[in-house]
Amino acid sequence: MSVGLLDIESLSRDDVEAILARSKNFQPAIGQSFQRLDSLRGRTVVNLFFESSTRTRTSFEIAAKRLGADVLSITAAGSSVSKGESLVDTLNTLAAMRPDAIVMRHSASGAPHFLSRYLPVPIVNAGDGTHEHPTQALLDALTIIDRRGSLDGLRVAIIGDIAHSRVARSNIFLLSKFGVRIVLCGPASLLPPEIGRIAPGVELATDIFKAIDNADVIMMLRVQLERQYEASFPANEYFQFFGLRLEHLERAKSDVIVMHPGPINRGREISSEVADSQRSAILNQVENGIAVRMAVLERVLSR
Amino acid sequence: MSRLLVKNGRVIDPSLGLDRVCDIAIEDGKVKEIGNDLSAAGTGQFDASGLIVSPGFIDMHVHLREPGFEHAETIETGARAAAAGGFTSVCCMPNTKPVNDSATVTSYIRDRAQRFAVVNVFPIGAITKNSEGEELSAIGSMKEAGIVAISDDGKPVMNARVARRAMEFARSLDLPYIEHCEDLHLSAGGDMHEGIESTRLGLRGIPRSSEDVMVARDLILSGLTGCRYHVAHLSSKYSVEMVGLAKSRGLKVTAEATPHHFVLADTDMPPYDSNFKMKPPLREISDVEAVLKGLQNGAIEAIATDHAPHPGAEKMQEFERCPFGIIGLETALGLALERLYHTGAISLPKLVELFTTGPNRILSLGRGSLRVGAPADVTIFSAAHEWAYDVNRSPSKSRNTPFNGRKFKGGPVATIVAGNVVWRFND
Repeated sequence: MSVGLLDIESLSRDDVEAILARSKNFQPAIGQSFQRLDSLRGRTVVNLFFESSTRTRTSFEIAAKRLGADVLSITAAGSSVSKGESLVDTLNTLAAMRPDAIVMRHSASGAPHFLSRYLPVPIVNAGDGTHEHPTQALLDALTIIDRRGSLDGLRVAIIGDIAHSRVARSNIFLLSKFGVRIVLCGPASLLPPEIGRIAPGVELATDIFKAIDNADVIMMLRVQLERQYEASFPANEYFQFFGLRLEHLERAKSDVIVMHPGPINRGREISSEVADSQRSAILNQVENGIAVRMAVLERVLSR
Repeated sequence: MSRLLVKNGRVIDPSLGLDRVCDIAIEDGKVKEIGNDLSAAGTGQFDASGLIVSPGFIDMHVHLREPGFEHAETIETGARAAAAGGFTSVCCMPNTKPVNDSATVTSYIRDRAQRFAVVNVFPIGAITKNSEGEELSAIGSMKEAGIVAISDDGKPVMNARVARRAMEFARSLDLPYIEHCEDLHLSAGGDMHEGIESTRLGLRGIPRSSEDVMVARDLILSGLTGCRYHVAHLSSKYSVEMVGLAKSRGLKVTAEATPHHFVLADTDMPPYDSNFKMKPPLREISDVEAVLKGLQNGAIEAIATDHAPHPGAEKMQEFERCPFGIIGLETALGLALERLYHTGAISLPKLVELFTTGPNRILSLGRGSLRVGAPADVTIFSAAHEWAYDVNRSPSKSRNTPFNGRKFKGGPVATIVAGNVVWRFND
């Protein structure tokens, strides 16, 4: 059993606070280019992406390099996976080359948990199926703290395909540890009642106006057509009822923060005007992604 | 002339209303006499002092994987696992390759069993050709070849009209119709019970309703057709209730439950452990309690294991890619004693009934009784001895169990088939 970062759920509030505090050290001052560190010099990180991803993979890669680690990125296409090798065998082969950590993304929920039972190498989960995306929740929290100072007493609305969102799950688990009031909003068929019971402080709404009422943060989720297993909502009217537009911001708190894990679908879940507005923190999220992943890699590799 | 005398055991035979310490004399594979201080001259003896002696256990729901999947199990290895679990008879489901949908396959299974199985093997025939749910299989000729029921286990008959026609046919042949109740549209893509756990783990859910909808449909059809209708591995609390109601209305309805469904809930699964992945899935505590209640009040008349061997490599994958099913023959009695008897939920005679007269009544196998002249199939077990299950010593070819290492109080001690001791506990 290797210690990596498999999910937010099993972290304590202290763990999360420690990672966030460390991340702050890795945020470059505005206008400055980043100075390369060497705390992970001589260490090797393997990025193993079984699902396509540009931003998360690049972000992990830059994070590792900024700490002086050697990074190797592998995508499933062209690897032995496409030759029918099982996941365990692929990972065992990689583990035999003794990397210091494996960052992995996989389309199956729990794939990193399953592998961590067999591999001696720490695994950092970069998104597993419809389960969790832990570094996304950490970077979201850092972004909120940047603007609000802390998570205390906040109200956060998460809007979109809640059922199939690993971003939503990780954020629910993280924010709940800080007593944040969370409103989940989406089409009823993508908003299972059980999700209101996976952590304390969660309520559900199918009316976007109710969800954003008095919210300090609005997190929009990508409408993931690739995660639709069945026709579970009328896709052609999604934007009308669940897309975030300026008219919504007019009814929200004046200092509300709009977030989105990206990549955004303009006109599908968020209007261009909102995405580009002053309230949007989308690009800060991307920036913070690197800082958070540096803190996570350092934590995982320093054990 | 072969003889065996089983001495001084507490003989529990619900078919005879018997529960007392006595001896059983066996001759030429049949029960010759039950009584006290029977003479042992010229006879092999089994001292059953302190043990319970019952009619041989029947597992009406197993997968022996032969023909076609011999890497997972064979009739020989499955039968040995059955014997090690105290079972003297097993009924094997037709989802082999080829599917048991013809007299040829039925005869092949019977022939292999005759030659290689240490326990009795009763084949169950497919309802539809290749279990595809469309055309009825050769049910009449399979009956002549020896099937004891029909089922498309694992592939429920989704088309209600086909189910109705099959039930009509089953009634005319006096064969039980066994359904794996799962509406495949409602369960599509699901990997575990739909609830808080599946939501937390990000796994797609198999809702209780997928079972309930089909149980309801089938109960209506069984009323319409008058067939002997049996629900395999009942797991949903609402379905247990519906079966109970149908019985009280006089329908010819029966049901079985597996040990895992009355011992484990979805919350017992270590995260993404595929040894806890089966269909129907482990449900919630309230469902486990409903199944227990059903076993107590008679809604459920049989314990069956749904022994479903899968080789290690198939279960060593991402959870959503792993096949459904666990092996269960060797742990069934231990689990039943643990959860049903030691908790005081049911008496020992009632427990024996669930393994013997219950399944025999459902399938009319002519087993499950120690009456004089009956085949001498006997299960000898203890309700007290402590042991731990080590799956690596299992005669089964597969290792997919959530119960490896589990400690038990009581379990099988010896298994006698047609007068021969085919298995003995050996620590």
